[in-house]
Amino acid sequence: MDYVKLINCMRCGMCLPVCPTYKETFLETASPRGRVVLIRKIEEGNLEQSEQLLEYLSLCLDCQACASACPSGVNAGELVADFTCERKTAQGLGFTEDLILRKLVPHPDRLESSMTPVRVYQNSGLQKLVRTLGVLKMFPKPLGRMEGLLPKLPAKPLRQEVNEVTPAVGRERGTVGFFLGCVMSLIFSDASRATIRLLSSLGYRVITPRNQVCCGAPNMLGGDLAGLKDAARANIDIFAGYEVDFIVTDCGGCGAELKKYGHHLQGSDAAEAFSTKVRDISQILALHAEDLMLLLKPLPIKVTYHDPCHIAHCQGIRQEPRDLLKLIPGVEYKELECADSCCGSAGTYNIGKPEMSDRILQRKLDTVRASGAELLVTGNPGCLLQLKKGLAEQLPEVKIMHLTEILAQSMDS
Amino acid sequence: MRPSFIKELQTIVGKQYTLTDRESLAVYGYDSTAELESLPGVVLLPDSGEQIAQIMSLCHDEGVCVTPRGSGTNLSGGSLSAGGVVIQTSRLNRIIEVDEENLTATVEPGVITSALHREVEERGLFYPPDPGSMNISTMGGNVAENSGGLRGLKYGVTADYVMGLQTILADGELLRTGGKVVKDVAGYSLNPLLVSSEGTLGLFTSITVKLIPKPQAKITMLAHFPVMADAALTVSAIIAAKVIPATLEFLDKVTIKCVEDYAHVGLPLDVDAALLIETDGHPVVVTEEAAAVETICRQHRCSFFQTAKNDEEALKLATARRTALSALARLRPTTILEDATVPRSCIAAMLKVIQNTARKYNVVIGTFGHAGDGNLHPTCLTDERDQDEIKRAHAAFEEIFDAAISMGGTITGEHGVGLAKKRYLPKLAGESGIRVMRGIKHAFDPKGILNPGKIF
Repeated sequence: MDYVKLINCMRCGMCLPVCPTYKETFLETASPRGRVVLIRKIEEGNLEQSEQLLEYLSLCLDCQACASACPSGVNAGELVADFTCERKTAQGLGFTEDLILRKLVPHPDRLESSMTPVRVYQNSGLQKLVRTLGVLKMFPKPLGRMEGLLPKLPAKPLRQEVNEVTPAVGRERGTVGFFLGCVMSLIFSDASRATIRLLSSLGYRVITPRNQVCCGAPNMLGGDLAGLKDAARANIDIFAGYEVDFIVTDCGGCGAELKKYGHHLQGSDAAEAFSTKVRDISQILALHAEDLMLLLKPLPIKVTYHDPCHIAHCQGIRQEPRDLLKLIPGVEYKELECADSCCGSAGTYNIGKPEMSDRILQRKLDTVRASGAELLVTGNPGCLLQLKKGLAEQLPEVKIMHLTEILAQSMDS
Repeated sequence: MRPSFIKELQTIVGKQYTLTDRESLAVYGYDSTAELESLPGVVLLPDSGEQIAQIMSLCHDEGVCVTPRGSGTNLSGGSLSAGGVVIQTSRLNRIIEVDEENLTATVEPGVITSALHREVEERGLFYPPDPGSMNISTMGGNVAENSGGLRGLKYGVTADYVMGLQTILADGELLRTGGKVVKDVAGYSLNPLLVSSEGTLGLFTSITVKLIPKPQAKITMLAHFPVMADAALTVSAIIAAKVIPATLEFLDKVTIKCVEDYAHVGLPLDVDAALLIETDGHPVVVTEEAAAVETICRQHRCSFFQTAKNDEEALKLATARRTALSALARLRPTTILEDATVPRSCIAAMLKVIQNTARKYNVVIGTFGHAGDGNLHPTCLTDERDQDEIKRAHAAFEEIFDAAISMGGTITGEHGVGLAKKRYLPKLAGESGIRVMRGIKHAFDPKGILNPGKIF
């Protein structure tokens, strides 16, 4: 741990009002400044590492709202993530982590095959039966959570279907490499299809390398730094094989991780070059707002936008998605209260910490209800999963879409 | 602490809200004051005044010390406890009533200051005290510390708005003082005693404050000054011209740079000082006052004068100013902040003293603050690991306090004495002052269990 980063926190409390877990509990142990104190005490040898301590730290969503709020430049979320990752690395990977992080996630083919049973489960009518009978109560809770979160899967992952090269429509203005996130490909393939279409419609040749691998974010979560670095090196090599102006992703989580490759592989010029080319899709689309506007047709709908933490807090992108939504003729844009407050998805947090996740989700749903919007737009698959489930249960009249989906729909309407 | 005592506390507030594990005690060992740490014995989060009364009664019987805590943004160590009970009031966060006929609001102590602002402003009303930490701080903490804020110049401080209090005394008994009446001379005025008592006289369970109509208009301005002394003279000149802006904030070069690094609101990086000025009230008056302010700034050689184009821009500037203290921590890990306050005519002299003292002791001091009411925040940027520099910083502040006292000022304008400034209080209050304060403390808390060790 970088000790200076820990003592830079002056405990002013500017992070308290934005921290989702502090807002729920009012406990200092569940606050960013409290977490920094805990880690600092351990590093100083004034506190022993205990189960209780790790439990407190595990309540952090790593949403990094605290980092956005901190005038002193402390990123408590990242400090907790780094600390947790270091501890887990020191322990070594357990059987399950090894299976998932080393044998499954880095291999898109295996990852995709692993979803086949789910597809069968959903399509065979078994899901309906299971849900009707309440059989899930007999299984461990996390399994039930996962089952509830999964929307209907597309017939095939996008990675298997997409053309490696999608030509530009009209005059070519450049080439982009498309980083296709695992969850986007497996679950939200329509959104990523829309992303590719938007890029090509705006004059970009889009290259989607089939052999790209997971960005490595799950490895970071699981304490597998080596795995993360392997993933980074693999993707850097793959994209280095193409001449691209930008590397674009429509997954907030992947974008945040890809932009950190330079940091993860310090001293590697290739990693630095890779990271500086990475853009969230909203950044590229906003560059060509005027051209995009010409492609959009009226869509009379009340829309609001939820800022994914990985886009607003980790990448500092807030204005572009809003500006893009306002480009659509007929859209009535409603700002969401606390739009950049986490939805409680936070990677696998909604499975690991269901109770806190639900409380945080509830706040988000309340603000969506208050906004009066008919459509909720966001830019990260984790948020899409979490909010989709929440809306289905409480606000079925409100639809949810990825930013590129609504833009593509406006092209067609 | 005896296990049976902890058990009794648990029956009052619930197990979940009785914190005794090492980790919890470690994080409650701090507030926002630099260099201070002190571990409590147990932390409680009650959710009603009745629970607070029960806790106090129990602690009184046991002879256990109690320290109240809001959001822990205290800047004088006032919310730290040495082995005693800490009562965090965050769960008592209901706005009980906004009385539009009597122009009062009644809140529980854990209500966040800016939450009250939002609630009353929606009804066209206004609660002026706005401490820098208003998005975090609690009303209970504001009352206990008599918090000031950016609007103090025109509207005064928390004490000017407290009308009624319900306070749990050291033995658990309830004391009601004041209420919704504007005039009240029945016996001693106890409200002003309780305000700024820093948790040493009782714990508030209900606070009634005065509201005023919300100003119809405001204009926010920013003036840049290549020479710091000109900014100071401008402050005095504005007040001498009988213009009382709501806000008249000073930022020096170091502060401007740090704030801009964080907030990116377009503060100038090539000037010596800036003034953030806000006039509010009737639209016609506001326009006139703003014009007068601009003229005075230009007469005093401001290099650039900017008027916020809209509410959003005005809010951005004010919000940026609120981050000043924390932003200063970007430069060095430890920030020691003081709030020596002088009569406002002495601002220029005080700024000079701060500059000279910093040079003499070879420390970096960034200064910002409420120049309009003479309340400056010289902040020493240092590193707690460098003991020699820390010593020099304290020596510098000692001189700054002496200078403030000699100008007819005070050692703390709004942060309270707490632990951090206790050493300097006798110099200011004198022997008789301390004796009277001790007498009052004894009358309220003969056993000395309420926030012991603070103030004197």
